[in-house]
Amino acid sequence: MTESTKNNKRRKVLIGMTAAFGAAGIPFAATPFIAAWNPSAKAKALGAAVKVDISKIEEGQIVQVAWRKQPVFVLRHTKSSISNLPSVETKLADPNSLAIDEPYRDLYPTRSKSDEFSILAGVCTHLGCSPKYHPEVEPKPWDATWTGGFFCPCHGSMFDIVGRVFKGVPAPTNLKVPPHNFQGSILTIGEDKEIT
Amino acid sequence: MNTVFKWFNDRLPIVNTFERHLSKHPVPKKVNFWYLFGALASVVLIIQIISGIWLMMPYQNTEEGAFSSIEFIMRDVDYGWVIRYMHTTGASMFFAVVYLHMFRGLLYGSYKKPRELVWIFGMTIYLVMMAEGFLGYVLPYGQMSYWGAQVIISLFGAIPYIGESLEVWVRGDYYISGSTVSRFFALHVVALPLMLIALVFMHLVALHEVGAGNPEGIDIEEHLDEDGVPLDSVPFFPYKVLNALVGIGVFMTVFSIIMFFFPEAGGYFIEKANFEEANPLSTPEHIAPVWYYSPYYAMLRAVPDKLGGLIVMAGAIAILFVVPWLDRSKVNSIRYKGIFSKIAISLFAISFLTLGYLGTVPVTELRTLMSVICTAIYFLFFFLMPIYTSLESTKQPPERL
Repeated sequence: MTESTKNNKRRKVLIGMTAAFGAAGIPFAATPFIAAWNPSAKAKALGAAVKVDISKIEEGQIVQVAWRKQPVFVLRHTKSSISNLPSVETKLADPNSLAIDEPYRDLYPTRSKSDEFSILAGVCTHLGCSPKYHPEVEPKPWDATWTGGFFCPCHGSMFDIVGRVFKGVPAPTNLKVPPHNFQGSILTIGEDKEIT
Repeated sequence: MNTVFKWFNDRLPIVNTFERHLSKHPVPKKVNFWYLFGALASVVLIIQIISGIWLMMPYQNTEEGAFSSIEFIMRDVDYGWVIRYMHTTGASMFFAVVYLHMFRGLLYGSYKKPRELVWIFGMTIYLVMMAEGFLGYVLPYGQMSYWGAQVIISLFGAIPYIGESLEVWVRGDYYISGSTVSRFFALHVVALPLMLIALVFMHLVALHEVGAGNPEGIDIEEHLDEDGVPLDSVPFFPYKVLNALVGIGVFMTVFSIIMFFFPEAGGYFIEKANFEEANPLSTPEHIAPVWYYSPYYAMLRAVPDKLGGLIVMAGAIAILFVVPWLDRSKVNSIRYKGIFSKIAISLFAISFLTLGYLGTVPVTELRTLMSVICTAIYFLFFFLMPIYTSLESTKQPPERL
């Protein structure tokens, strides 16, 4: 082995080690820049629960409240609309909300902690638009056999009156049910001590 | 050469650069109007940079200040309305000339060997422009800014596993807020323009290395004079420059007419709903992107699946990058390609325009069906390109321009 090939080997090792050290520094150098894009401590602290007086909500009426600046629907069903729920199940993609983390599974058909009210995040699970409430049972341009529910104007996703998604629409899952709590006529959205 | 000029020229390659890239840079002597749009795009880039710097001065990048500072620019800043409309018209015109410039590339095979890198740099410019346009559209913080951003950022949510946390990371919050606006502002005015300028530079450097194409799709380097200059070429300066000035004159006239008389262009350049301040609780009845994204938006809506829609939309742009390797034809120009290429590119253009229209109107069952058909044609144009370009019989292009 000559002197020069020896040196070449040494050089290659040194170059390799230097490059490896340099490359190992990249994630460290990138960390502050990537982390600075996370929600700030202030943004994380916001998002306190909101309270709604539900005694004034009539049967069939919907009330929209803002929780974490996002719309939440509070919907009081009529008796007949509750009893009609099983009849639309053939149209639904996931009638029992098995695909999502459902907080109040198997409690009531309303998917909430009440047999009369539905509490739904008013954010389409497709691309975040706010679906519109169309309670009428009548043919609609988007569905000739419409029996009431939510229709998203952005991309045409459909949900039934308790926010369960239809088959063959862009939205992948049912509308989310935010944590909530009933105390008399006061509904608290965004907080439920039983599910933390 | 006077001494001051000589002093500079000894230290900076002024004469060399001028000769290499302008006065002695050979360009094909015979091209048509399709070869103007590159020059027009660089004119619009300059307009956007200058009007953008002036808009930056009174604009406030906060949740509370964004919308009202735009109204302030429109009403209280002297000539503020001209500067803003210059920027909004510029955005649409930028895309208009770039789409025509890209279609020129498809027509005359401008992407073919040895211009593959020119095409790829160009496509990257287009990609950065789309991001730039989107970020800029959010800044006025109107209803369309908000809900457009909501939809586009939610697209990240379709990515499996990391999607939802990626959404939060991009927004810097659990919903679109001041953090989103201020970071979009930084990206829109500094980060992406820097990238754009660097990419335009690379696009031109690569172009000057391999030389400009021509509508005949032939190589002018094959017939050189005794100095090694192509016989069928003229120097870029003054011939091309003066020629382009005529085109720029026409273009600026059209630009000014839009800017002064039709800045909203019937809701296509600035959507009506964006004159209302962002309201996170109410989605407008009909939301549509600005016209230059609408073909891809129609594709997104054509797919009844969240992730699938994202893949189709991203794939539609990604596939443009590999066109140089899909086209197997012996000739470059559509003039000498066979009947299949001509039918294919016509169907492609029609379906792209139809998708553009469908993306701006509300969904109905018929329109969704049309979107599906046009999306299929769009992709078949590219997927079948290796087959129809290599099978069809082509005509022999001439030796000389």
